[in-house]
Amino acid sequence: MNGPILRMIDIGKEFSGVKALDSVTLEVERGKVHGICGENGAGKSTLMKVLSGVYPHGNYTGTIEFEGEEAQFRSINDSEAVGIVIIHQELALSPYLSIAENIFLGNENATRGVIDWNKTNLEAASLLARVGLDENPATKVLELGVGKQQLVEIAKALSKRVKLLILDEPTAALNDEDSDHLLDLIEHLRGQGITCIIISHKLKEIRRIADTVTVIRDGKTIETIDMHGPDATQARIIRSMVGRDLNSMFPPREPKIGAEILRVEDWNAYHPVDTARKVVDNASFTVHAGEVVGFAGLMGAGRTELAMSIFGRSYGTNITGRVFKNGEEISVRTVDEAIRNGIAYATEDRKKYGLNLIGDITVNVSAAALATLARFGVIDRHREYKVADEYRRRMNIKAPSVSSITGQLSGGNQQKVVLSKWVFTGPDVLFLDEPTRGIDVGAKYEIYGIINELAAAGKAVVVISSELPELLGISDRIYAISEGRITGEVAAKDATQESLMHLMTAGKD
Amino acid sequence: MTTTTPAKRKPRLAINFRQYGILAALVVIIVLFEVLTKGRLLLPGNVNNLIQQNAYVLILAIGMVVVIIAGHIDLSVGSVVAMVGAVSAIATNQWGFPWWAAVLLALVVGAVVGAWQGFWIAFVGIPAFIVTLAGMLIFRGLTLVLLTGGTISGLPDSFTAIGAGWLPGILGELGGRDTLTLALGAVTCIALVAQQLRTRATLRRLELPMESIVQMAVKSGIAVIAIMWLSWLLSGYRGTPIILIVLAVLILGYTFLLNQTVFGRHVYAIGGNLFAAMMSGVKTKWVNFYVFVNMGVLAGLAGVDSTARAGGAVASAGQNYELDAIAAVFIGGAAVQGGVGTVVGAIVGGLVMGVLNMGLSILSVDAAWQMAIKGLVLLLAVAFDIFNKRRSGGR
Repeated sequence: MNGPILRMIDIGKEFSGVKALDSVTLEVERGKVHGICGENGAGKSTLMKVLSGVYPHGNYTGTIEFEGEEAQFRSINDSEAVGIVIIHQELALSPYLSIAENIFLGNENATRGVIDWNKTNLEAASLLARVGLDENPATKVLELGVGKQQLVEIAKALSKRVKLLILDEPTAALNDEDSDHLLDLIEHLRGQGITCIIISHKLKEIRRIADTVTVIRDGKTIETIDMHGPDATQARIIRSMVGRDLNSMFPPREPKIGAEILRVEDWNAYHPVDTARKVVDNASFTVHAGEVVGFAGLMGAGRTELAMSIFGRSYGTNITGRVFKNGEEISVRTVDEAIRNGIAYATEDRKKYGLNLIGDITVNVSAAALATLARFGVIDRHREYKVADEYRRRMNIKAPSVSSITGQLSGGNQQKVVLSKWVFTGPDVLFLDEPTRGIDVGAKYEIYGIINELAAAGKAVVVISSELPELLGISDRIYAISEGRITGEVAAKDATQESLMHLMTAGKD
Repeated sequence: MTTTTPAKRKPRLAINFRQYGILAALVVIIVLFEVLTKGRLLLPGNVNNLIQQNAYVLILAIGMVVVIIAGHIDLSVGSVVAMVGAVSAIATNQWGFPWWAAVLLALVVGAVVGAWQGFWIAFVGIPAFIVTLAGMLIFRGLTLVLLTGGTISGLPDSFTAIGAGWLPGILGELGGRDTLTLALGAVTCIALVAQQLRTRATLRRLELPMESIVQMAVKSGIAVIAIMWLSWLLSGYRGTPIILIVLAVLILGYTFLLNQTVFGRHVYAIGGNLFAAMMSGVKTKWVNFYVFVNMGVLAGLAGVDSTARAGGAVASAGQNYELDAIAAVFIGGAAVQGGVGTVVGAIVGGLVMGVLNMGLSILSVDAAWQMAIKGLVLLLAVAFDIFNKRRSGGR
């Protein structure tokens, strides 16, 4: 057969009025490795979910052609049936089952419901040989490291007679050696005629392995680059990823920067489960009164881990380092202690870590500073209501009343509730982790306004974001972080998206 | 939508709909059995028995609703009731403890049991289901050890009065009815209305939203009628059961604890989203620990009540009590995932089960069928709740 194996034409997808994909076109040649690049939130994962049938046909606009025929997948099963397999960043293996059982999970070698174990283990062994994994098929998956688990996933995909393999950030959780092995394997599979789509933030890897790269930005295809061509440089990919209009997206602000409030020195943290993996590597930084400091890093770079490990050791193990506030060393071993020391952390995952979604606005706003509303353990509920109502107006939370359940608010309004909660603790330093993720442009503008107000009131604000225009637009100073290390510190007025992206993708070499 | 006029709706009305729903169900069940039993359900003696027979479930349900709001479960309370009952019987019968010392001892034993289970759950991190399943066996075993297979009866009247006695008729009789009971009813009604008016005045002073005067009047009116009707019935029998006073104090106290205190709020926060509670500085381990200490104390009290009412301790006491209490809490609108539930709901849920029991018994329905019917009611109540939630577009 000739022609491209996959054509996605004019794909569009909306989430409650917000366009996640807006006419994306993607053409993948048979037997090639095709890279997809873009910032977080550019629409890469949404596109892959459309392709694999997670969003069923009819849920998006545009057409998909696979092997020259129009495909209308209604579920993942449909896409797998024709040979499209997606491997997500979060691996989907069952830890207590063996390698062989995982490979054939849902696809068992069985006659009338009885599994043929000899056949299963034999086939598993030959698949493991193909992916270069030297393990007994009977080994339980939980005994394997992440790198080997990744290989099991690929073996599983091969067992399904995969024609198009999609890997979403396959090396994000791997060390260099495992990453190398994986990339070798992908090249090897290409040699066997398997087409591969690889989504990655690591441009070095993309340059090494991809034949073609498509850049997506703001839900649109920007360009497709032939990686064997003359101008296929990292710089060109970065320019395509970030080249965006910046006019008047940010409210104006006159920074009045005062004395240093927070200083963190030599901060280290290790992964809570994989305790040999260093997630934060010797980070030191300072924040001043009235200053907005940005932390630029791609997903998995260690930005959230840095902030959470400082905020009452909410993340990580073997944490070392020193924290100074107004020049004096403070202890922040528990969340309570951090709050009492005037530190606040508004999480990037507001549904998991930020809100009691079945509680109303009132209980969420007061949650981190209940003690200030109580005497002898009894809450002054009238005052609590007044406080919540005051924040509802001040933050412009759009809800009928503060008795509205937070789970039913829009993302932007939920984010404002989270911000209210932390501002009400009366902090001196606020860490805002992805404060505008998943919210619409209008609410974003309002949140930038709130950040400006906080800074104007003399607070030190740290904004963690993967959106570079946002960081450039609101920060005074920006730290870039990559693979757990702070790789640069620049004044926002001297920085460009390109210069930041270079720092953010700086490898260890 | 930044309205400057505060919404006229009383906060939490929407959530309370679930409770009103189960309250309506209770009324329907009462009316149904009143008709089926040709008026025998609500005879004064039966109403009195309804309270005294079900007091243990209601006490346990109050503790259990706190446990379930925090996202746990306690399967051990039936065994704890039996063990504490044995301890209190031994204390009064063999060691000659006065009633109050026996009660105190029972509560302390309950607290120690609760601290033991709370330790494993909160600090070691073993799921409550496992810890309390083990507790169910451990404390049943210890009961057998304490009673060495026999029973202890012959408890002093001062002790049995807690579960099976009445307040003395110190105010004499009024037209053949106990005056004290009528007076208590009247005082409760006055206190209730005064409290409502006072809250209203505070809300007005602080310019906070409140329910309409009509709404308040209707609610207070219904409550006053229910209270006076209950005291009228009881005054025509033997007066106010002592355990009713205990229950009233517990209901008021725990409603206050859950609604007005930092501890109560932390319980809801943990059940609603454990991670968010942690990240807000809630000391989640200690809260979980005290939730179980509290459950232990209330199981101790339920042990005193059921032993006093039975007039003795037997090793098989308290069997299936945990299931009654858990059923009451879920019928009363608590959520299995935690974060949702009220004391009043749990009490109403307990009464639904109690009325069912009594009505079916009066109708001489076979005990086997009674059990099957109660199971169905539990299933339907929760199914109805989930259906409602889906329809209202909640999560």
